[in-house]
Amino acid sequence: MSKPALRTKPQIVRSAAMVPLFAAMLLAGCAVGPTKEDPWEPFNRSMFSVHEAIDGAVLKPVAQGYVAIIPEPIRDAVSNVFGNINDFFSGLNSFLQGDGNRAGDAWGRVLLNTTMGIGGIFDLASMMGIKKDPNDFGITFGKWGFPQGPYLFVPGFGPTTVRDGTGYVVRLFIGPVGYIPDVPLRNSLYGLGYVDLRASALPVESVVETAAIDKYRFIRNAYLRARRYQFYNGHPPPEEDEDATPPAGAASPAPATASPPATPEAPPPATPEAPPPAK
Amino acid sequence: MSRIIALILLALPLGFVASPSRAQEAPDALVKRIAEETLAAIRADKDLQSGNPAKVKQLIEAKLVPHFDTSRMTALAMGRNWRAATPEQQKELTEQFKTLLIRTYSNALTNYRDNTMTYKALRMNPGDTEVVVRTEVSRSGAAPVPIDYSMEKTPEGWKAYDVVVAGVSLVTNYRDEFNDIVKSSGVDGLIKTLTEKNKGAPAK
Repeated sequence: MSKPALRTKPQIVRSAAMVPLFAAMLLAGCAVGPTKEDPWEPFNRSMFSVHEAIDGAVLKPVAQGYVAIIPEPIRDAVSNVFGNINDFFSGLNSFLQGDGNRAGDAWGRVLLNTTMGIGGIFDLASMMGIKKDPNDFGITFGKWGFPQGPYLFVPGFGPTTVRDGTGYVVRLFIGPVGYIPDVPLRNSLYGLGYVDLRASALPVESVVETAAIDKYRFIRNAYLRARRYQFYNGHPPPEEDEDATPPAGAASPAPATASPPATPEAPPPATPEAPPPAK
Repeated sequence: MSRIIALILLALPLGFVASPSRAQEAPDALVKRIAEETLAAIRADKDLQSGNPAKVKQLIEAKLVPHFDTSRMTALAMGRNWRAATPEQQKELTEQFKTLLIRTYSNALTNYRDNTMTYKALRMNPGDTEVVVRTEVSRSGAAPVPIDYSMEKTPEGWKAYDVVVAGVSLVTNYRDEFNDIVKSSGVDGLIKTLTEKNKGAPAK
């Protein structure tokens, strides 16, 4: 109420939600059997432990220090400048996916924010109702028919998959920060971008901490679902959800022991990120 | 100065709006009213903003919990294991899950007071008893996060039984966790895990 609400038409929700979620997952064992999406679970869990150790000792304190020392308007400006660059690549990916409308909106944002928003320092486009709409190479590759591949947890980076991770590497390679000839400046920008991303995850982190029973599993499942949602631009086809309603004719209450569930093992659900049929 | 004015302005409608009973308030109107009232309460109270646990919990129990069908949420999160639990176990599970959700919400709420919520037009037919209320949380410079509430009609008004944040369903995400735990240590094992978690054991 203290702020004017963004002027948004009631419209179809776009899957624009990955930034906070993804950032949340930059954060971050016990062992449960690997699932279909996570065949490398034992390896991933050990990488997760490595990440937690590094993060707790270095990354998180640095991000907390950044938030404590740097005033919010400056941090927002930093986020916006990096965000403006990302918007350009979001547009590029929407374009590569053949979605001219989304590409046009993203590039319109870049144009507006780069000029009137002074190099991207101000996100004027959001204030005018052109919402941020992230898109990336991982999704583009998926639309082109590449399967998601196994889930990966990369220390210092977070949850990803073989395909999404490849997309991220491509994104890093095409820059633009990598093309800055001055090495100290380039590295400072990489560092700043990293701290900015890690700091943006801080608020969500405590929520994950409270909500998750098994943090590794919680982050993995949330990541895969959120990516699926984003892949389908906010309109994922329903998952095969044989667990949703307790079976009506369920057997008599089974003893509450380690015995298997009374109902026979259901077939594994379809891979969440299976590439869609070509359209 | 403007803060004080905002505070007074916010406090006024709050006392006025909160009182009348509205058993059959439309689901989208309900979500909007509860969200606005809760945000207003947080903006008006320094203790809530600083995350005073007792006060936040009190707010959530008073404002939010009555509008959630926690037993249905628990049943959905249990999936096929729900029927395998005895009525006593079901009761205990519901209680523990509710506590976990309150704790989680307490944590989330105070973080998001600066955000703006927008409410999508509701698509609903007159006889519907289940609807999805779509909202979006926005913050300048960040992509909006869609938050959808799955709601059901009950004699006490509409109640939410699932919350889907950016495509991640609360109930489904917990179902994966619960399923694994029940598989390895049974329903009692799950109750024990939840109880410990609610006592403040850190996530593994």
